Amino acid sequence: MALIDLSASELIARIRRKEIKATEVLDSALERIQAVDGRPGSLDGLPVTAEDEKKVHAFITLTDELARQQALEVDRKIAHGEDPGLLAGVPVTIKDIFCMDGVLSTAASRILSNFKAPYTATSVARLQDAGAVVLGKVNLDEFTYGSSSESSAFQPSPRNPWDTSRVPGGSSGGSTASVAAGEAPLSLGTDTAGSIRQPAAFCGVVGVKPTYGRVSRYGLIAFGSSLDSPGPISRTVKDAARMLQVIAGPDRHDSTALNQPVPDYLAELKKDIRGMRIGLSPDYFNLSFPDPVTGELQYAEIQEEIGAAVTDAAEVLADLGAIIVENVPMPNTVHGIPAYFVISRVEAASNLHRFDGAKYGYRTASGVQDLNAMYQKTRAEGFGLQPKLRILMGMYTSAAQYSEQYYHRALKVRSMIRSDFDRIFDPDGLYRLDALLTPTTPTTAFHINELYGDSVLMQYADQLTVPANHAGIPGISIPAGFDAQGLPIGIQFLCNDFREDLMFRAAHAYERATLDADWRKLQPQVLR
Amino acid sequence: MTQYEAVIGLETHIQLNTRTKIFCPCKADSWGDSPNSNICPVCSGLPGVLPVLNRAVVEKAVILAAAMHAEVNLVSHFDRKNYFYPDLPKGYQITQYDEPIGKGGYMDLSVPGGSARRVRIHKLHLEEDAGKTKNVHGQRLIDFNRCGVPLIEMVTEPDMHSADEAAQYLLQLRQLLRWLGVSEADMEKGHLRCDGNVSIREKGSTVLNTKTEIKNVNSIDALRNAINNEIDRQVREVSAGGRVKAWTLDWDDETQTLKMMRSKETEADYRYFREPDLLPLVLDKGWVKGLIESLPELPLARRDRFISEYGLPLYDADILTGERALSDYFEETLRQYGGDLKVVSNWMMNEVLRMLNDLGVIVDELNLRPTHLAAIMRMIDEKKINAPTGKALVKKVQASGQTPEAIVQAEGLGLVSDDAALRETCQAVVTENPAEVKSFREGKESLIGWFLGQVMRRTGGKADPGMTRSILLDLLKGG
Repeated sequence: MALIDLSASELIARIRRKEIKATEVLDSALERIQAVDGRPGSLDGLPVTAEDEKKVHAFITLTDELARQQALEVDRKIAHGEDPGLLAGVPVTIKDIFCMDGVLSTAASRILSNFKAPYTATSVARLQDAGAVVLGKVNLDEFTYGSSSESSAFQPSPRNPWDTSRVPGGSSGGSTASVAAGEAPLSLGTDTAGSIRQPAAFCGVVGVKPTYGRVSRYGLIAFGSSLDSPGPISRTVKDAARMLQVIAGPDRHDSTALNQPVPDYLAELKKDIRGMRIGLSPDYFNLSFPDPVTGELQYAEIQEEIGAAVTDAAEVLADLGAIIVENVPMPNTVHGIPAYFVISRVEAASNLHRFDGAKYGYRTASGVQDLNAMYQKTRAEGFGLQPKLRILMGMYTSAAQYSEQYYHRALKVRSMIRSDFDRIFDPDGLYRLDALLTPTTPTTAFHINELYGDSVLMQYADQLTVPANHAGIPGISIPAGFDAQGLPIGIQFLCNDFREDLMFRAAHAYERATLDADWRKLQPQVLR
Repeated sequence: MTQYEAVIGLETHIQLNTRTKIFCPCKADSWGDSPNSNICPVCSGLPGVLPVLNRAVVEKAVILAAAMHAEVNLVSHFDRKNYFYPDLPKGYQITQYDEPIGKGGYMDLSVPGGSARRVRIHKLHLEEDAGKTKNVHGQRLIDFNRCGVPLIEMVTEPDMHSADEAAQYLLQLRQLLRWLGVSEADMEKGHLRCDGNVSIREKGSTVLNTKTEIKNVNSIDALRNAINNEIDRQVREVSAGGRVKAWTLDWDDETQTLKMMRSKETEADYRYFREPDLLPLVLDKGWVKGLIESLPELPLARRDRFISEYGLPLYDADILTGERALSDYFEETLRQYGGDLKVVSNWMMNEVLRMLNDLGVIVDELNLRPTHLAAIMRMIDEKKINAPTGKALVKKVQASGQTPEAIVQAEGLGLVSDDAALRETCQAVVTENPAEVKSFREGKESLIGWFLGQVMRRTGGKADPGMTRSILLDLLKGG
């Protein structure tokens, strides 16, 4: 076991006790990256070799020199008796959708492949201010548009550390892969429909989608602005709580980052869950998707082992004193993906307007006669398949003659999904839940190329996570065992607005109760 | 022959005079600054940035909405207007579409002959400005300084029927904006921009025919000329059996002609939707009420009050309420002086306005304050100085910044009203000019003016003219 395999909390404790230095932790991280990551994603990264297929490929850009400076600064502070911060010396990776001053910020797209941001995202700046050591920028689906990380313009795309023939999930696949492979104990991701929680489940790590407005979006290259939530990825619930503590809170650069006090999450973890009301909904145990040919809705059970993991978890929680409320109806869950399909694409198409080759990023190298030709060629060459599909769909569903039928209808559906949650969390209602316990994903990690290209089916990997984005509520995915193929299973807690404290308590209680389970001793393929 | 009536609506863009831009802390006014010197990641639309609304912008919008008699919406929304253009760095403009801050409203035009024309407001909303592009040697250069400058777009209903009415609307709007202090409203600097929508119809008809849109009118005269030009063109077109097409026209002030910019037969689809990066704009009812209550008396109301309260003629009242500062100046002078209103209005209309014109300054920049003017008028009343001295004093106060009393003292300008001294001077003039005395006594009484002049010359203009005249007459006739 290497230093870098310790939890963030353990690393901080040892660094503060001067048992180890931040620079030693950094060395351990770089050593691990050297051992398991393989070559970083690049624009001319194809074809993928047999050697590549055994590696994680989490990174696009390694910022090792910057990391060294930050680690030295932590060590200096410790030596001088200064406060080194809540995340002193902890290596973190940053999904390459956040801007960092002077560092390439690519969004995994050719169109931003040469873009160095002149400013730093609020959440990244808060991590740095708290003493975290930024190792670099990690890969993702292009502009976060996907659930497998395969659509990145920077290839090879990340692979699942538990089985490198499989995807790590997405879009925060580089983040979750880097944490699962022990390259860093923490990563900063974003979740628009499940992009933190789904890859966290696939990679056997903890992923938190905070309440919309809990963490500033300033400096996050936008996908679906009304849905995007930056959040922590870690190996333990406590580490996630600690990281959220650092990045949460109002921001004068983001008026949608609400002015709500941030509770002491670590203190909340110490409370037990006796009397906590935790719900189970049958609507989260099956999946509905349109038949690719007829378009008719089909229903399928989720993977059996995943369902079993959830009910097992419910028993564990009941043993700890929680009250399990079964048969909680969430009737609008089935509409989550269609509504998301429309809303996210309308916002995405608009958010992509600024990438026009005029100011920054990629511009076509071919000679163009006029402005429109420059726009067209730049965008045709600069965007990959996913942005193009999303632009087409977004333009279509927001066009004047269709927006009532699609966009405005989707907004109404969104509020119906919200009302499902309002009903179950209502303290005077029938259910009075503190949390809803669900599977995170319908399946465990699929194979590379298995779904890629079928954007509709790919999207349904998010069916159980997207309702939280529509509703704006927080959700957490935590590891809860493995399936027969040795792939991680994730379970999800969903809570009411700004009740991350309850969410952490429930997740932490489950984690502690299963600490000695045999499955917790398994090691990812790349570390065996 | 068919009689035609013009139907005109105006779309104005008003640059608010806030210190910073609408969504970022950059300086709002970049007049004279070098290109791209007032920009930041937010207003230049870098990836990942978010807008944060400037409170001062909202305050000024509420003030203008209230002054336009519009309803202030306590909840309004921002929307994205999506289109591509190099001067629009985000590829969309943040504006207010279907639920803007102001609803309804009107402005009454004061048109010659005393009748009023009510121009209704169709829409009043907040938005951000775009940058500027220009072509230099085949290259397109972009200046983002203007990106994010706060604008109010105000669109009228098609309620005007002549170029003069349109010009009057713009004139009154400019006056109002400055009056309220919400915009510098300098058309040359683009603080106030105006597009005109023009169509014609048979007189008596109520249909709205196809309109053309006139852009790039940078002055009130240009608006008047462009609209007259376009009405004539449409009448010629229709009279010749043609039809008016939905063109966008560009006004060239140099050649005084309109040029077709583009045909606008199909509406562009801007795919408006709510701006997810801003929360709904929710205004506190008490805050809005406070703003409305502290609105100043508006120009037309003040003009009418000047007529009714002071009995000023319409012409004088119009001029004295042309600017809020001028009308304040007038009332303050009147208050300080406390004497005959006509005296004050005469001094204002003649001396003060002439000085403003000659010096090219605004009222607030005058050294001659209402207290000074009132003091000068009082000194004349009290015969401490005469009227010509008073007029000279006005200029001297303005030039020196000193009080009139100090100048009178220092320069010995006080009237010689001491009877004995004056009588002595008069006697000397009479004694020294026997020929003129003889002529006067033989009936050439107009010579009294000449004698007066002699006395004035000897006293350096300080002699009280009335008293001098009576002493002289006394000496000449009695002698």
